[in-house]
Amino acid sequence: MNYLRQVWDHLYKDLRLEWRSRDSINGMLFFVLLVVVVFSISFDPAGYPTTTRQISGGILWVGLLFASITALNQSWTREQRNQVLEAQRMAPSAASALFLGKALANMLFVLLVEAVLAPIFIVFFNLQVLGNARLLAIILPLGTWALVVNGTFFAALGLRARNRELLLPLILLPISLPAILMMVQATTGVLTAELDPIYIRTWITQLLGYDIIYTTVCILLFGTVLNAE
Amino acid sequence: MARSSVLRNAGWLWLVASIAVLVVGFRQAIFLVPTEATMGNVQRIFYYHLPHAILGLVFPYVNFLASLAFLFWRHRDPLKALTADALAVAAAEVTVLYVGITLATGMLWGKPAWGIWWAWDARLTSELLLWLLYVSYLLVRRFSMSGQTGVLAAVLSIFAAIDVPIVFMSIRWWRTQHPAPVFGEGGSLDPSFYPAVLWNLAGWAMWGILILTFRFALERRRQLNEQEEALRAIEASLEIPK
Repeated sequence: MNYLRQVWDHLYKDLRLEWRSRDSINGMLFFVLLVVVVFSISFDPAGYPTTTRQISGGILWVGLLFASITALNQSWTREQRNQVLEAQRMAPSAASALFLGKALANMLFVLLVEAVLAPIFIVFFNLQVLGNARLLAIILPLGTWALVVNGTFFAALGLRARNRELLLPLILLPISLPAILMMVQATTGVLTAELDPIYIRTWITQLLGYDIIYTTVCILLFGTVLNAE
Repeated sequence: MARSSVLRNAGWLWLVASIAVLVVGFRQAIFLVPTEATMGNVQRIFYYHLPHAILGLVFPYVNFLASLAFLFWRHRDPLKALTADALAVAAAEVTVLYVGITLATGMLWGKPAWGIWWAWDARLTSELLLWLLYVSYLLVRRFSMSGQTGVLAAVLSIFAAIDVPIVFMSIRWWRTQHPAPVFGEGGSLDPSFYPAVLWNLAGWAMWGILILTFRFALERRRQLNEQEEALRAIEASLEIPK
Protein backbone atom coordinates (compact mmCIF):
# COMPACT_ATOMS: atom_id res chain seq x y z
CA MET A 1 0.00 0.00 0.00
CA ASN A 2 2.83 2.29 0.94
CA TYR A 3 4.57 1.44 -2.33
CA LEU A 4 1.49 2.30 -4.39
CA ARG A 5 1.25 5.56 -2.51
CA GLN A 6 4.84 6.39 -3.50
CA VAL A 7 4.17 5.52 -7.14
CA TRP A 8 1.11 7.75 -7.07
CA ASP A 9 3.08 10.63 -5.57
CA HIS A 10 5.68 10.42 -8.32
CA LEU A 11 3.01 10.14 -10.97
CA TYR A 12 1.04 13.06 -9.55
CA LYS A 13 4.16 15.23 -9.42
CA ASP A 14 4.95 14.48 -13.06
CA LEU A 15 1.40 15.14 -14.16
CA ARG A 16 1.36 18.45 -12.29
CA LEU A 17 4.69 19.50 -13.79
CA GLU A 18 3.42 18.65 -17.25
CA TRP A 19 0.14 20.47 -16.64
CA ARG A 20 2.04 23.64 -15.80
CA SER A 21 4.44 23.61 -18.74
CA ARG A 22 2.73 21.27 -21.27
CA ASP A 23 6.10 21.02 -23.02
CA SER A 24 6.29 17.37 -23.91
CA ILE A 25 2.66 16.91 -24.95
CA ASN A 26 2.71 19.97 -27.21
CA GLY A 27 6.05 18.94 -28.64
CA MET A 28 4.92 15.39 -29.29
CA LEU A 29 1.60 16.44 -30.83
CA PHE A 30 3.18 18.78 -33.29
CA PHE A 31 5.94 16.30 -34.07
CA VAL A 32 3.53 13.49 -34.87
CA LEU A 33 1.42 15.83 -36.95
CA LEU A 34 4.51 16.73 -38.95
CA VAL A 35 5.41 13.06 -39.39
CA VAL A 36 1.91 12.32 -40.69
CA VAL A 37 2.11 15.23 -43.12
CA VAL A 38 5.57 14.22 -44.34
CA PHE A 39 4.46 10.65 -44.92
CA SER A 40 1.25 11.77 -46.64
CA ILE A 41 3.33 13.86 -49.03
CA SER A 42 5.76 11.01 -49.68
CA PHE A 43 3.21 8.28 -50.32
CA ASP A 44 0.10 9.95 -51.79
CA PRO A 45 -2.36 8.02 -49.60
CA ALA A 46 -5.51 9.25 -51.34
CA GLY A 47 -4.50 7.67 -54.65
CA TYR A 48 -3.79 4.15 -53.41
CA PRO A 49 -6.22 3.18 -50.62
CA THR A 50 -5.11 -0.48 -50.45
CA THR A 51 -1.42 0.32 -50.20
CA THR A 52 -2.20 3.03 -47.69
CA ARG A 53 -4.03 0.57 -45.51
CA GLN A 54 -1.07 -1.80 -45.67
CA ILE A 55 1.55 0.75 -44.68
CA SER A 56 -0.38 3.04 -42.37
CA GLY A 57 0.05 0.77 -39.33
CA GLY A 58 3.80 1.04 -39.72
CA ILE A 59 3.67 4.79 -40.28
CA LEU A 60 1.53 5.33 -37.20
CA TRP A 61 3.99 3.46 -34.99
CA VAL A 62 7.07 5.03 -36.52
CA GLY A 63 5.60 8.46 -35.86
CA LEU A 64 4.69 7.58 -32.29
CA LEU A 65 8.10 6.02 -31.70
CA PHE A 66 9.97 9.12 -32.85
CA ALA A 67 7.63 11.43 -30.97
CA SER A 68 7.94 9.50 -27.73
CA ILE A 69 11.73 9.50 -28.07
CA THR A 70 11.74 13.30 -28.19
CA ALA A 71 9.54 13.47 -25.10
CA LEU A 72 11.38 10.73 -23.18
CA ASN A 73 14.66 12.53 -23.58
CA GLN A 74 13.14 15.48 -21.74
CA SER A 75 11.38 13.54 -19.03
CA TRP A 76 14.45 12.96 -16.85
CA THR A 77 16.05 16.32 -17.57
CA ARG A 78 13.43 17.84 -15.27
CA GLU A 79 14.76 15.81 -12.39
CA GLN A 80 18.30 17.00 -13.00
CA ARG A 81 17.52 20.65 -12.46
CA ASN A 82 18.37 21.77 -8.91
CA GLN A 83 19.80 18.33 -8.11
CA VAL A 84 16.34 16.81 -7.68
CA LEU A 85 17.65 13.46 -8.85
CA GLU A 86 20.28 13.39 -6.10
CA ALA A 87 17.51 14.04 -3.59
CA GLN A 88 15.49 11.20 -5.10
CA ARG A 89 18.43 8.88 -4.68
CA MET A 90 18.76 9.79 -1.00
CA ALA A 91 15.03 9.50 -0.34
CA PRO A 92 13.92 6.37 1.54
CA SER A 93 11.30 5.49 -1.08
CA ALA A 94 11.99 2.60 -3.47
CA ALA A 95 13.82 3.50 -6.67
CA SER A 96 11.39 1.47 -8.75
CA ALA A 97 8.49 3.61 -7.48
CA LEU A 98 10.17 6.61 -9.06
CA PHE A 99 10.57 4.66 -12.28
CA LEU A 100 6.98 3.39 -12.35
CA GLY A 101 5.58 6.84 -11.65
CA LYS A 102 7.63 8.31 -14.46
CA ALA A 103 6.78 5.52 -16.91
CA LEU A 104 3.06 5.79 -16.14
CA ALA A 105 3.17 9.56 -16.62
CA ASN A 106 4.92 9.15 -19.98
CA MET A 107 2.40 6.49 -20.92
CA LEU A 108 -0.48 8.87 -20.20
CA PHE A 109 1.13 11.60 -22.29
CA VAL A 110 1.64 9.32 -25.29
CA LEU A 111 -1.90 7.92 -24.97
CA LEU A 112 -3.24 11.45 -24.98
CA VAL A 113 -1.25 12.16 -28.14
CA GLU A 114 -2.68 9.01 -29.70
CA ALA A 115 -6.23 10.05 -28.85
CA VAL A 116 -5.72 13.38 -30.61
CA LEU A 117 -3.76 11.87 -33.44
CA ALA A 118 -6.08 9.01 -34.40
CA PRO A 119 -8.81 11.19 -36.03
CA ILE A 120 -6.20 13.30 -37.85
CA PHE A 121 -4.54 10.15 -39.09
CA ILE A 122 -7.80 8.72 -40.37
CA VAL A 123 -8.63 11.97 -42.15
CA PHE A 124 -5.24 12.52 -43.77
CA PHE A 125 -4.81 8.91 -44.85
CA ASN A 126 -8.42 8.41 -45.91
CA LEU A 127 -8.38 5.37 -43.73
CA GLN A 128 -11.16 2.82 -43.39
CA VAL A 129 -10.62 0.11 -40.83
CA LEU A 130 -11.66 -3.16 -42.41
CA GLY A 131 -11.02 -5.45 -39.43
CA ASN A 132 -12.26 -5.44 -35.88
CA ALA A 133 -11.49 -1.87 -34.83
CA ARG A 134 -12.10 -2.60 -31.16
CA LEU A 135 -8.90 -4.64 -31.11
CA LEU A 136 -6.97 -1.42 -31.66
CA ALA A 137 -8.05 -0.39 -28.17
CA ILE A 138 -5.91 -3.28 -26.88
CA ILE A 139 -3.04 -3.04 -29.34
CA LEU A 140 -2.42 0.69 -28.93
CA PRO A 141 -1.96 0.71 -25.12
CA LEU A 142 0.11 -2.49 -25.17
CA GLY A 143 2.37 -1.17 -27.91
CA THR A 144 2.68 2.21 -26.25
CA TRP A 145 3.65 0.64 -22.96
CA ALA A 146 6.31 -1.48 -24.72
CA LEU A 147 7.88 1.69 -26.13
CA VAL A 148 7.46 3.82 -23.03
CA VAL A 149 8.65 1.39 -20.38
CA ASN A 150 11.95 0.67 -22.14
CA GLY A 151 12.26 4.26 -23.28
CA THR A 152 11.90 5.64 -19.77
CA PHE A 153 14.45 3.14 -18.53
CA PHE A 154 17.00 3.89 -21.23
CA ALA A 155 16.49 7.62 -20.89
CA ALA A 156 17.53 7.17 -17.25
CA LEU A 157 20.40 4.95 -18.34
CA GLY A 158 21.71 7.62 -20.67
CA LEU A 159 21.12 10.38 -18.14
CA ARG A 160 24.75 11.06 -17.38
CA ALA A 161 26.11 10.02 -20.77
CA ARG A 162 27.91 12.45 -23.01
CA ASN A 163 25.40 12.82 -25.83
CA ARG A 164 22.20 11.67 -24.23
CA GLU A 165 19.87 12.86 -26.96
CA LEU A 166 21.62 10.68 -29.49
CA LEU A 167 22.08 7.69 -27.23
CA LEU A 168 18.42 7.00 -26.45
CA PRO A 169 17.28 6.02 -29.96
CA LEU A 170 20.48 4.06 -30.46
CA ILE A 171 19.65 1.70 -27.61
CA LEU A 172 15.87 1.89 -27.63
CA LEU A 173 15.44 0.94 -31.29
CA PRO A 174 17.38 -2.35 -31.35
CA ILE A 175 15.77 -3.54 -28.10
CA SER A 176 12.28 -2.53 -29.26
CA LEU A 177 12.48 -4.02 -32.74
CA PRO A 178 10.64 -7.26 -31.86
CA ALA A 179 7.92 -5.22 -30.14
CA ILE A 180 7.66 -2.93 -33.15
CA LEU A 181 7.31 -5.97 -35.37
CA MET A 182 4.52 -7.30 -33.15
CA MET A 183 2.54 -4.06 -32.88
CA VAL A 184 2.88 -3.17 -36.55
CA GLN A 185 1.82 -6.65 -37.65
CA ALA A 186 -1.18 -6.61 -35.32
CA THR A 187 -2.22 -3.09 -36.33
CA THR A 188 -1.84 -3.78 -40.03
CA GLY A 189 -3.75 -7.01 -39.58
CA VAL A 190 -6.66 -5.13 -38.04
CA LEU A 191 -6.57 -2.31 -40.60
CA THR A 192 -6.48 -4.54 -43.68
CA ALA A 193 -8.46 -7.54 -42.35
CA GLU A 194 -6.11 -9.71 -44.44
CA LEU A 195 -4.61 -11.48 -41.45
CA ASP A 196 -6.34 -14.38 -39.76
CA PRO A 197 -7.79 -13.31 -36.36
CA ILE A 198 -5.83 -16.14 -34.74
CA TYR A 199 -2.59 -14.56 -36.00
CA ILE A 200 -3.63 -11.16 -34.70
CA ARG A 201 -4.37 -12.70 -31.34
CA THR A 202 -0.94 -14.35 -31.28
CA TRP A 203 0.76 -11.04 -32.04
CA ILE A 204 -1.20 -9.39 -29.23
CA THR A 205 -0.29 -12.18 -26.82
CA GLN A 206 3.36 -11.88 -27.77
CA LEU A 207 3.21 -8.13 -27.24
CA LEU A 208 1.67 -8.68 -23.83
CA GLY A 209 4.46 -11.12 -22.99
CA TYR A 210 7.07 -8.58 -24.13
CA ASP A 211 5.46 -5.92 -21.92
CA ILE A 212 5.40 -8.15 -18.86
CA ILE A 213 8.99 -9.35 -19.31
CA TYR A 214 10.46 -5.90 -19.82
CA THR A 215 8.41 -4.22 -17.11
CA THR A 216 9.79 -6.79 -14.67
CA VAL A 217 13.37 -6.37 -15.86
CA CYS A 218 13.13 -2.57 -15.74
CA ILE A 219 11.74 -2.60 -12.20
CA LEU A 220 14.42 -5.00 -11.03
CA LEU A 221 17.34 -3.14 -12.60
CA PHE A 222 16.29 0.47 -12.16
CA GLY A 223 17.90 0.82 -8.74
CA THR A 224 21.23 -0.30 -10.22
CA VAL A 225 21.04 2.30 -12.98
CA LEU A 226 19.91 5.10 -10.70
CA ASN A 227 22.80 4.50 -8.32
CA ALA A 228 25.41 3.74 -10.96
CA GLU A 229 28.73 5.20 -9.92
CA MET B 1 57.66 -11.24 -14.35
CA ALA B 2 58.10 -14.99 -14.87
CA ARG B 3 54.35 -15.45 -14.98
CA SER B 4 53.82 -12.87 -17.70
CA SER B 5 56.58 -14.37 -19.89
CA VAL B 6 55.00 -17.82 -19.56
CA LEU B 7 51.65 -16.32 -20.56
CA ARG B 8 53.24 -14.56 -23.50
CA ASN B 9 54.85 -17.80 -24.72
CA ALA B 10 51.53 -19.61 -24.32
CA GLY B 11 49.91 -16.87 -26.39
CA TRP B 12 52.45 -17.26 -29.18
CA LEU B 13 52.02 -21.04 -29.13
CA TRP B 14 48.25 -20.63 -29.30
CA LEU B 15 48.59 -18.24 -32.23
CA VAL B 16 50.83 -20.68 -34.13
CA ALA B 17 48.49 -23.58 -33.36
CA SER B 18 45.37 -21.72 -34.49
CA ILE B 19 47.03 -20.60 -37.72
CA ALA B 20 48.09 -24.22 -38.34
CA VAL B 21 44.54 -25.49 -37.79
CA LEU B 22 43.16 -22.75 -40.03
CA VAL B 23 45.62 -23.74 -42.77
CA VAL B 24 44.46 -27.37 -42.54
CA GLY B 25 40.86 -26.14 -42.57
CA PHE B 26 41.53 -24.00 -45.64
CA ARG B 27 43.11 -26.98 -47.47
CA GLN B 28 40.16 -29.20 -46.54
CA ALA B 29 37.54 -26.65 -47.51
CA ILE B 30 39.03 -25.46 -50.78
CA PHE B 31 40.92 -28.50 -52.18
CA LEU B 32 39.96 -31.78 -50.54
CA VAL B 33 36.23 -31.84 -49.86
CA PRO B 34 34.15 -32.89 -52.91
CA THR B 35 32.33 -30.14 -54.79
CA GLU B 36 28.71 -29.83 -53.81
CA ALA B 37 26.38 -31.18 -56.49
CA THR B 38 23.89 -28.36 -57.09
CA MET B 39 25.70 -25.21 -55.98
CA GLY B 40 29.24 -26.04 -57.10
CA ASN B 41 32.24 -24.20 -55.72
CA VAL B 42 30.15 -21.36 -54.31
CA GLN B 43 29.08 -23.69 -51.54
CA ARG B 44 32.63 -23.70 -50.13
CA ILE B 45 31.98 -20.34 -48.46
CA PHE B 46 29.69 -22.30 -46.17
CA TYR B 47 32.78 -23.72 -44.39
CA TYR B 48 33.54 -20.17 -43.24
CA HIS B 49 29.96 -19.05 -42.78
CA LEU B 50 28.86 -21.85 -40.44
CA PRO B 51 31.77 -21.67 -37.91
CA HIS B 52 31.36 -17.90 -37.61
CA ALA B 53 27.61 -18.25 -37.22
CA ILE B 54 27.95 -20.86 -34.46
CA LEU B 55 30.70 -18.97 -32.63
CA GLY B 56 28.86 -15.68 -33.05
CA LEU B 57 26.12 -17.23 -30.93
CA VAL B 58 28.58 -18.42 -28.26
CA PHE B 59 30.39 -15.15 -27.53
CA PRO B 60 27.20 -13.25 -26.53
CA TYR B 61 26.82 -15.78 -23.71
CA VAL B 62 30.34 -14.95 -22.55
CA ASN B 63 29.37 -11.31 -22.56
CA PHE B 64 26.12 -11.96 -20.67
CA LEU B 65 27.76 -14.14 -18.00
CA ALA B 66 30.59 -11.65 -17.54
CA SER B 67 28.04 -8.85 -17.16
CA LEU B 68 26.11 -10.81 -14.53
CA ALA B 69 29.39 -11.51 -12.72
CA PHE B 70 30.21 -7.80 -12.88
CA LEU B 71 26.90 -6.82 -11.30
CA PHE B 72 27.31 -9.51 -8.65
CA TRP B 73 30.85 -8.48 -7.66
CA ARG B 74 30.41 -4.74 -8.08
CA HIS B 75 30.13 -4.03 -4.36
CA ARG B 76 31.45 -7.30 -2.98
CA ASP B 77 34.78 -7.43 -4.78
CA PRO B 78 35.48 -4.46 -7.10
CA LEU B 79 38.74 -5.91 -8.48
CA LYS B 80 37.04 -9.09 -9.68
CA ALA B 81 34.24 -6.95 -11.07
CA LEU B 82 36.75 -5.01 -13.17
CA THR B 83 38.08 -8.27 -14.59
CA ALA B 84 34.55 -9.37 -15.48
CA ASP B 85 33.94 -6.03 -17.14
CA ALA B 86 37.07 -6.42 -19.27
CA LEU B 87 35.90 -9.87 -20.32
CA ALA B 88 32.45 -8.48 -21.18
CA VAL B 89 33.80 -5.78 -23.47
CA ALA B 90 36.19 -8.20 -25.17
CA ALA B 91 33.38 -10.71 -25.77
CA ALA B 92 31.08 -8.00 -27.15
CA GLU B 93 33.67 -6.83 -29.65
CA VAL B 94 34.42 -10.37 -30.82
CA THR B 95 30.65 -10.95 -31.13
CA VAL B 96 30.26 -7.94 -33.41
CA LEU B 97 33.19 -9.17 -35.50
CA TYR B 98 31.99 -12.77 -35.84
CA VAL B 99 28.35 -11.92 -36.46
CA GLY B 100 29.49 -9.32 -38.99
CA ILE B 101 31.55 -11.95 -40.84
CA THR B 102 28.54 -14.30 -40.73
CA LEU B 103 26.36 -11.64 -42.34
CA ALA B 104 28.98 -10.79 -44.95
CA THR B 105 29.71 -14.39 -45.98
CA GLY B 106 25.99 -15.13 -45.96
CA MET B 107 25.37 -12.29 -48.41
CA LEU B 108 28.22 -13.45 -50.64
CA TRP B 109 26.62 -16.87 -50.72
CA GLY B 110 23.07 -15.58 -51.08
CA LYS B 111 23.72 -13.66 -54.29
CA PRO B 112 24.63 -16.73 -56.41
CA ALA B 113 22.43 -19.21 -54.54
CA TRP B 114 19.22 -17.21 -54.05
CA GLY B 115 19.86 -14.52 -56.65
CA ILE B 116 19.58 -11.78 -54.01
CA TRP B 117 22.07 -10.37 -51.51
CA TRP B 118 19.63 -10.14 -48.69
CA ALA B 119 16.24 -11.63 -47.81
CA TRP B 120 14.18 -10.53 -44.82
CA ASP B 121 13.97 -14.09 -43.64
CA ALA B 122 13.82 -15.24 -40.02
CA ARG B 123 17.42 -16.22 -39.42
CA LEU B 124 18.89 -13.36 -41.40
CA THR B 125 16.78 -10.81 -39.60
CA SER B 126 17.53 -12.23 -36.15
CA GLU B 127 21.23 -12.35 -36.95
CA LEU B 128 21.14 -8.73 -38.09
CA LEU B 129 19.31 -7.75 -34.91
CA LEU B 130 21.92 -9.56 -32.82
CA TRP B 131 24.59 -7.55 -34.59
CA LEU B 132 22.67 -4.28 -34.05
CA LEU B 133 22.19 -5.03 -30.35
CA TYR B 134 25.89 -5.55 -29.76
CA VAL B 135 26.87 -2.51 -31.79
CA SER B 136 24.55 -0.46 -29.60
CA TYR B 137 26.17 -2.07 -26.55
CA LEU B 138 29.59 -0.89 -27.72
CA LEU B 139 28.18 2.59 -28.41
CA VAL B 140 26.83 2.82 -24.86
CA ARG B 141 30.28 1.95 -23.57
CA ARG B 142 31.77 4.69 -25.69
CA PHE B 143 29.24 7.36 -24.78
CA SER B 144 28.88 6.85 -21.04
CA MET B 145 31.16 8.51 -18.54
CA SER B 146 34.13 6.54 -17.30
CA GLY B 147 32.87 5.93 -13.77
CA GLN B 148 29.63 4.19 -14.79
CA THR B 149 30.45 2.53 -18.10
CA GLY B 150 30.57 -0.92 -16.52
CA VAL B 151 27.20 -0.70 -14.77
CA LEU B 152 25.29 0.77 -17.69
CA ALA B 153 26.83 -1.67 -20.15
CA ALA B 154 26.12 -4.65 -17.90
CA VAL B 155 22.46 -3.60 -17.56
CA LEU B 156 22.16 -3.22 -21.32
CA SER B 157 23.78 -6.61 -21.81
CA ILE B 158 21.04 -8.19 -19.71
CA PHE B 159 18.41 -6.43 -21.82
CA ALA B 160 20.09 -7.66 -24.98
CA ALA B 161 20.31 -11.23 -23.69
CA ILE B 162 16.57 -11.22 -22.96
CA ASP B 163 15.87 -9.65 -26.32
CA VAL B 164 17.66 -12.29 -28.39
CA PRO B 165 15.22 -15.19 -27.72
CA ILE B 166 12.23 -12.86 -28.16
CA VAL B 167 13.64 -11.65 -31.46
CA PHE B 168 14.25 -15.22 -32.55
CA MET B 169 10.75 -16.43 -31.67
CA SER B 170 8.87 -13.44 -33.05
CA ILE B 171 10.74 -13.37 -36.32
CA ARG B 172 10.55 -17.09 -36.86
CA TRP B 173 6.82 -16.72 -36.40
CA TRP B 174 6.97 -13.97 -39.03
CA ARG B 175 8.81 -15.70 -41.90
CA THR B 176 11.39 -18.34 -42.77
CA GLN B 177 13.48 -18.93 -45.88
CA HIS B 178 16.97 -19.87 -44.60
CA PRO B 179 18.09 -23.50 -45.16
CA ALA B 180 17.16 -25.72 -42.20
CA PRO B 181 19.89 -26.86 -39.78
CA VAL B 182 22.27 -29.22 -41.53
CA PHE B 183 23.64 -31.31 -38.64
CA GLY B 184 22.20 -34.18 -36.65
CA GLU B 185 18.92 -35.99 -37.16
CA GLY B 186 17.34 -35.19 -40.49
CA GLY B 187 20.24 -32.91 -41.43
CA SER B 188 21.12 -32.68 -45.09
CA LEU B 189 24.93 -32.49 -44.78
CA ASP B 190 26.78 -35.46 -46.28
CA PRO B 191 29.45 -37.00 -43.96
CA SER B 192 32.12 -36.38 -46.63
CA PHE B 193 31.84 -32.65 -45.88
CA TYR B 194 32.46 -33.09 -42.15
CA PRO B 195 36.28 -32.72 -42.12
CA ALA B 196 36.16 -29.25 -43.70
CA VAL B 197 33.41 -28.10 -41.36
CA LEU B 198 35.03 -29.46 -38.21
CA TRP B 199 38.58 -28.23 -38.97
CA ASN B 200 37.29 -24.78 -39.75
CA LEU B 201 35.07 -24.75 -36.68
CA ALA B 202 38.05 -25.68 -34.50
CA GLY B 203 40.31 -23.17 -36.23
CA TRP B 204 37.93 -20.22 -35.95
CA ALA B 205 37.09 -21.14 -32.36
CA MET B 206 40.81 -21.04 -31.50
CA TRP B 207 41.22 -17.78 -33.38
CA GLY B 208 38.21 -16.28 -31.58
CA ILE B 209 39.56 -17.30 -28.20
CA LEU B 210 42.92 -15.79 -29.15
CA ILE B 211 41.56 -12.38 -30.10
CA LEU B 212 39.19 -12.46 -27.12
CA THR B 213 42.10 -13.06 -24.75
CA PHE B 214 44.22 -10.47 -26.49
CA ARG B 215 41.49 -7.83 -26.22
CA PHE B 216 40.89 -8.85 -22.60
CA ALA B 217 44.58 -8.39 -21.76
CA LEU B 218 44.55 -5.01 -23.47
CA GLU B 219 41.49 -3.87 -21.52
CA ARG B 220 43.04 -5.10 -18.25
CA ARG B 221 46.16 -3.10 -18.98
CA ARG B 222 44.07 0.01 -19.67
CA GLN B 223 42.21 -0.48 -16.38
CA LEU B 224 45.44 -0.90 -14.42
CA ASN B 225 46.86 2.26 -15.98
CA GLU B 226 43.69 4.12 -15.04
CA GLN B 227 43.92 2.89 -11.44
CA GLU B 228 47.56 3.89 -11.20
CA GLU B 229 46.78 7.34 -12.47
CA ALA B 230 43.92 7.74 -10.01
CA LEU B 231 46.20 6.63 -7.20
CA ARG B 232 48.86 9.11 -8.25
CA ALA B 233 46.26 11.89 -8.33
CA ILE B 234 45.15 11.02 -4.79
CA GLU B 235 48.74 10.98 -3.57
CA ALA B 236 49.41 14.33 -5.19
CA SER B 237 46.37 15.82 -3.52
CA LEU B 238 47.53 14.55 -0.13
CA GLU B 239 50.86 16.37 -0.26
CA ILE B 240 50.87 19.37 2.04
CA PRO B 241 51.39 22.59 0.13
CA LYS B 242 54.08 24.82 1.53
